Amino acid sequence: MTSPSANPVLANAVYPYGTRHTDAMVADLSRRAGEYRTHVLRMVYGRKSGHIGGAFSCAEILTALYFHHLRVDPARPDWSDRDRLVFSKGHACAMLYTVLAHRGFFPVDELPTFRGLDSRLQGHPEPQKTPGVEVAAGPLGHGVAIAAGMALAARMDGSKRRIYAILGDGELNSGVIWEGMMTAAKFALDNLTVIVDYNGVQQTGTTRHVMPTEPIADKWSAFNWHVIEIHGHNVGQILDALDRADEVHGRPVVIIARTTKGKGVSFMENSPAWHGGIPDSAQFEAALAELNEGTRAWTV
Amino acid sequence: MDGLIRNPLGSPSSMRKAYGEALVELGRARQDVVVLSADVQSSDFSYMFEAVYPERFINVGIAEPALVDVAVGLASSGKVPIANTFAFLFATRALEMVRTHLCFGGANVKLAGAYGGLSDSFDGPTHQTISDFAIFRSLPNMTIVVPADPLAVRKLLPQVAAWKGPVYFRLCRNEVPEVFTDAYEPKIGEGVTLIDGDDATVIACGVMVARAIEAARSLSRQDIRLRVVEMHTIKPIDSDFIVRCAQETGALVTVEEHSIIGGLGGAVAECLAQQYPAPLERIGVNDTFAESGPYLDLLDKYGMSVEAIVAAAQRAMARKQASSSHATSEVY
Ligand SMILES: Cc1ncc(C[n+]2csc(CCOP(=O)(O)OP(=O)(O)O)c2C)c(N)n1
Ligand SMILES: [Mg+2]
Repeated sequence: MTSPSANPVLANAVYPYGTRHTDAMVADLSRRAGEYRTHVLRMVYGRKSGHIGGAFSCAEILTALYFHHLRVDPARPDWSDRDRLVFSKGHACAMLYTVLAHRGFFPVDELPTFRGLDSRLQGHPEPQKTPGVEVAAGPLGHGVAIAAGMALAARMDGSKRRIYAILGDGELNSGVIWEGMMTAAKFALDNLTVIVDYNGVQQTGTTRHVMPTEPIADKWSAFNWHVIEIHGHNVGQILDALDRADEVHGRPVVIIARTTKGKGVSFMENSPAWHGGIPDSAQFEAALAELNEGTRAWTV
Repeated sequence: MDGLIRNPLGSPSSMRKAYGEALVELGRARQDVVVLSADVQSSDFSYMFEAVYPERFINVGIAEPALVDVAVGLASSGKVPIANTFAFLFATRALEMVRTHLCFGGANVKLAGAYGGLSDSFDGPTHQTISDFAIFRSLPNMTIVVPADPLAVRKLLPQVAAWKGPVYFRLCRNEVPEVFTDAYEPKIGEGVTLIDGDDATVIACGVMVARAIEAARSLSRQDIRLRVVEMHTIKPIDSDFIVRCAQETGALVTVEEHSIIGGLGGAVAECLAQQYPAPLERIGVNDTFAESGPYLDLLDKYGMSVEAIVAAAQRAMARKQASSSHATSEVY
């Protein structure tokens, strides 16, 4: 596996805090995230369609949320006081479906139906079909404003439920993201945590090349958000950042998670070609072997 | 006119690749052409233009409202911008920019809508586009052109660029059967008779032209003569031509990869209702979102199979029959 420093965006992952979570929990969640990548790989390879790179980069983030942090109940996906997760970078939904299935929202053996006729697992998230999916996504840019609406509703209801949204970094190009940022800050929505999967790559190139977004932390700060920057594949840092976000008062929180697109498969990492690329059989086998290797490292 | 189409139809070839090549050709012919995309040039194939004319290519990132507005600024300075992104994003997210500056303000911007109809099949309903004709057709001053195969893309794109005012050029993501021979010479605004016949007229656009031809060829084995008309320009619609088909064949079917509401079927229905009422059956997506899946399976499942066209033609002919025998019985 490539070292994190191979990715220029990871050099900015400044996280001065130690983890408050046990090594066993971090190892378990990390191992799960690795295993979930193999499901995504099989789903996309099986259908010859889908988005691997952005799914791999949010594996730890989604796993940490669903297996530790979010108050959700798979037996009651419509429980009104559940925490909400808006998965705004909808193209990466193969990972969302995998995590939801393993969390118990629907059978894991449904995953191979992904993107097939009559499947509940559509090419992009469809809330009326898939248990656990909160909003439609695919067209990028909706996450912050929708999450702000959910956070306002929670406040009106006097509910302690918390709202989360996961965005891509390319997705930040979209103007409506910034409209949502201003809205959330205006209403001081401290029940809202946005996580940016900041992998430095979008569809046709690096984010730096397609549409420069740095200095990204300064931008969110200037919009009156509380900013936390972490290494987005480090589960301990993810869990701590989520805990700290819960404690912030008077401002919405953004976690800039520095990640690697295609994380876990060396030849897919940091490459726009693997935004929507489909592996051939040799690439599939090689990718699977690398992922299994990476997962084994967490299994002691 | 049979000479305009291949028999049998040619093997499938990529429409977006033909589009990319045609863009490069256009760039060579016209220095005023500027091409834009919104971080999807690898999908819409304008990357082919970018590779040859990087100084005339602009990637605005994932920002479709800005895509259109930047093009408006270029147009107001004498450029001929061709903006590219997914069809649904022009018709929905960037719509206000299109209405205000292209249609109302008169900015000479061309919109190339990639992934039209159900052709982005696996990405699913969020990325499929079944309402673009209806939306753009309702905007004053908009022109809508829909090529049916790769050759049509090459023949129509230069006309789109030369057209005065905004044009929406709707493209298919996938490999599509080669329909036309070199004799095909489309002109924006004019319907084209591809197969003559007088039992009923099938008016088709885009990828569905190939299926309409197959339907006509299959019915001809039962001695039913379907006229097949290609209506590559949805707006301004060639209403004289439609009326003539209604007069000469007495029954019509529209076939489009679009909702049956407001598109080609809607345009033909409006024309007939006002000028020459005649039985009309509309083939298209029946007011529903589709789903993810293989493209051709989706076309079949959502009502656009060759069999569905055949059945619609038979229904239209039966209605023609019923109304003429009704008229006869009134005489006696
Ligand atoms: C509004 C909109 N424009 C364009 C697209 C096409 N598209 C899908 S994913 C993508 C790139 C996303 O990049 P990023 O947000 O960085 O996602 P990630 O790297 O996490 O995959 C693009 C341009 C889209 N889905 N929605
Ligand atoms: Mg990215």
